[in-house]
Amino acid sequence: MKLVVNGKAVEVNPPEGMPLLWVLRDLLGLTGTKFGCGVAQCGACTVHLDGEAVRSCIVPVAAVGDRKITTIEGLSPDGSHPVQRAWTEVDVVQCGYCQSGQIMAAAALLAANPSPSDSDIDATMSGNLCRCGAYQRIREAVHRAAGLRAQR
Amino acid sequence: MSSLSRREFLRSSAMSGAGLVIAFHVPRRAEALLLAAGKKVPALPPPNAFLRIGADDSVTIVLAHSEMGQSIWTTLPMLVAEELECDWSKIRVENAPAAPPYFHTGFGAQMTGGSSTTWSEFDRYRKVGAMAREMLVRAAAQKWKVDPKKLKVEKGVILNGAERLSFGSVAEAAQALPPPTEVTLKPPSKWTVIGKPTRRLDSLAKITGKAEFGIDVKFPGLRTALVSRAPVFGATVKSFDASKAKAVPGVEAVVQVPSGVAVVASHFFAAQEGRDGLQVEWDLGPGREVDTTRLLASYRDLAQKPGAVALDKGNADAALGKAAKRLVAEYDFPYLAHAMMEPLNCTVKLDKERCEIWTGTQFQTGDQMAAAKITGLKPEQVSIHTTFLGGGFGRRANPNSDFVSEAVQVAKASGVPVKVVWTREDDMHGGYFRPMYVHRVETGLDAKGRPVAWKHTIVGQSILAGTPFASMVKNQIDETSVEGVVDSPYLDPIAAKKVMLHTPQGLVPVLWWRSVGNTHTAFAMESMVDELAHAAGKDPLAFRRALLAGKPRHLKLLELVAEKGGWGSPAPAGVGRGLAVHASFGSIVAQLAEVRVDKDKRIRVQRVVCAVDCGTAVNPLSLEAQVQGSIAYGLGPTLSSALSIKEGEVQQGNFNDYKVLRMNEMPKVEVHIVPSTAKMGGIGEPATAPINAAVANAVFALTGQRLRSLPLTLA
Repeated sequence: MKLVVNGKAVEVNPPEGMPLLWVLRDLLGLTGTKFGCGVAQCGACTVHLDGEAVRSCIVPVAAVGDRKITTIEGLSPDGSHPVQRAWTEVDVVQCGYCQSGQIMAAAALLAANPSPSDSDIDATMSGNLCRCGAYQRIREAVHRAAGLRAQR
Repeated sequence: MSSLSRREFLRSSAMSGAGLVIAFHVPRRAEALLLAAGKKVPALPPPNAFLRIGADDSVTIVLAHSEMGQSIWTTLPMLVAEELECDWSKIRVENAPAAPPYFHTGFGAQMTGGSSTTWSEFDRYRKVGAMAREMLVRAAAQKWKVDPKKLKVEKGVILNGAERLSFGSVAEAAQALPPPTEVTLKPPSKWTVIGKPTRRLDSLAKITGKAEFGIDVKFPGLRTALVSRAPVFGATVKSFDASKAKAVPGVEAVVQVPSGVAVVASHFFAAQEGRDGLQVEWDLGPGREVDTTRLLASYRDLAQKPGAVALDKGNADAALGKAAKRLVAEYDFPYLAHAMMEPLNCTVKLDKERCEIWTGTQFQTGDQMAAAKITGLKPEQVSIHTTFLGGGFGRRANPNSDFVSEAVQVAKASGVPVKVVWTREDDMHGGYFRPMYVHRVETGLDAKGRPVAWKHTIVGQSILAGTPFASMVKNQIDETSVEGVVDSPYLDPIAAKKVMLHTPQGLVPVLWWRSVGNTHTAFAMESMVDELAHAAGKDPLAFRRALLAGKPRHLKLLELVAEKGGWGSPAPAGVGRGLAVHASFGSIVAQLAEVRVDKDKRIRVQRVVCAVDCGTAVNPLSLEAQVQGSIAYGLGPTLSSALSIKEGEVQQGNFNDYKVLRMNEMPKVEVHIVPSTAKMGGIGEPATAPINAAVANAVFALTGQRLRSLPLTLA
């Protein structure tokens, strides 16, 4: 099976029914995308398919087709994506385990809605759990990222 | 002047050529424990060092504690940097191996917990920096043939007028010098790093997906295993049929271990498919009888009977009999899962000589001992590579080392290197919960509305019983069951008081959960104080003020949140305000919560004003994050998280039915860190404790409903 992951064409041979999450983590070694719940309840596994945020734990890899997959490793080469910069400036992370998913969800949100309100942010980001409770800074960082994007 | 004994510091001459290495010997308390146990105190071979300065100017700081979100990856380097005066951008951080030199300075084992890392390392890591600076300066002085006192240090460079030498350029020469016998630590007035809001050093790794958590460990030949565990607590495997499991492509072995049956496969998905096909017949045993509804009823019965006495002053019964007004209230608390974002996991590679473990653990020493026992190896043959922890909250500090022991068993039984991964459901069903508790509190007011009697009975399993820490249970009192009640300042002015404890044994494994006993004791104390205030017809702030007259630090925080939260003015329509103040882990936290109630009777916490006195605030930026996060963590069980057990089975399994706080429920939290010269306390847990009571008191103010059962549910 051919996939395009972070701009590169790759060939994988997954067993039938394997979710995209485990193709990324176990077959391609891209462990930045996290396993949290396995049932699309926590958002830790969020990646982009053609720019749209999806929960890779419930997307069978066979359903990806020719859509381009972007993971946290492919969002920027060096942490310079506006969302990542905002995350650094606001000092968002704590344990950090949910942050790949949070950042991918926020990046997709901003691509669709360049200046979201608090309630827009809540509506999209409430699907991404953070057990450290960094929500307040996540919200602040999404606003900051919106500002950084606008400056580009 | 801080003197350094030979015991405290050993220079490692074997490291010459590698730059300057600052290494400490085993902490005194740990040394005493080792000697008492008939064990040798180990010498200090590299890399048991706390600091290495390379010829390339790199400053590598080795962490004796685990980073699980609390920001010690940044805070401990700040302590070193304060004294070393290095270039912050040259700092590298790495986790220590499991070894006695890294034992907790107060607890006698290598572990992270009890909100203790910063205060327990405050002196040690500053001394590391001061010693290194001293040696580097002396090395530079020798080179320049000048008096070291004439030299200055700035950002990793030693200055002699216009001449400059970087740390790296004298690191090797410094290593050859005798270590200082004493160092002078800076007085607080000279601090430039401590107290400065400082961004995290692990941020870049964590926003790019590069940070390695236990679940991310990979190396050639590593397999993944899932374990089919007991469906009810204490069940044992009677028999199993692995034929379907083995037919799944990628499944390599199915092995029985003490905790169940493990399916070992080439990757997670195959292990999961294999486990789905596995048929295990269990001998359920008495675990099938566990039922939390019945348990709660039995706890309520017990709460009416005399228990082990934790505190007894005056005659509480007599004082209750004479009181002008009596209040009786019962508060109950369900079992709770920690539900860290990263499900439990542990990787083990085992051969005849060595056991290597990769995991995010809060308790390296315990895990090392457990692995040694299972494998028959000596503890020093067991190495632990601590990774980042995707949350800990106490679950990864298990005195029984459950998730590490099991992985060692799977590696031993299967004969291959293996990573055991728990699914979310495994984690939620696996026990080691915050225990269920019932508090029954009887109080009395005199004719003037002053509390004169307090009788308090607590019922709940012991966290410490049956663990290596069982000796801490004294006179049938597990301190973690009664902390926050027996030491409550609210009891100080009450002459007649009695606190009793029932510790029923149970099959449900229990464990500390962020803020431990204070998760329930703060609620009982602060709810009852609020009830008394209303029964006395007094303002809840004024009532608390009178009781806390002898506690200026508590009072200051309470006044601060009242002021910032607008306590003196009426709340807007539809908003209720509630107060709570509670001390734990050496710090004091006051909170004012503002709540609303939705049309569907759901409680919405819209704002929390929080004031903290934790002594010196080393990094106010991470401290604020800890306070915000502690409140979010506590709001889960305040509003919705609870585990129930029926016919032995935990009824919740994932985040759809074990509800934790989501972003749309996050209140605006305002954190006020009060400047303080008090003894340093912790900050990872104390702000979790009072939030449930602050919210319940606000709900009462708004609705008149006194909610005494968690999670809070309006009628």
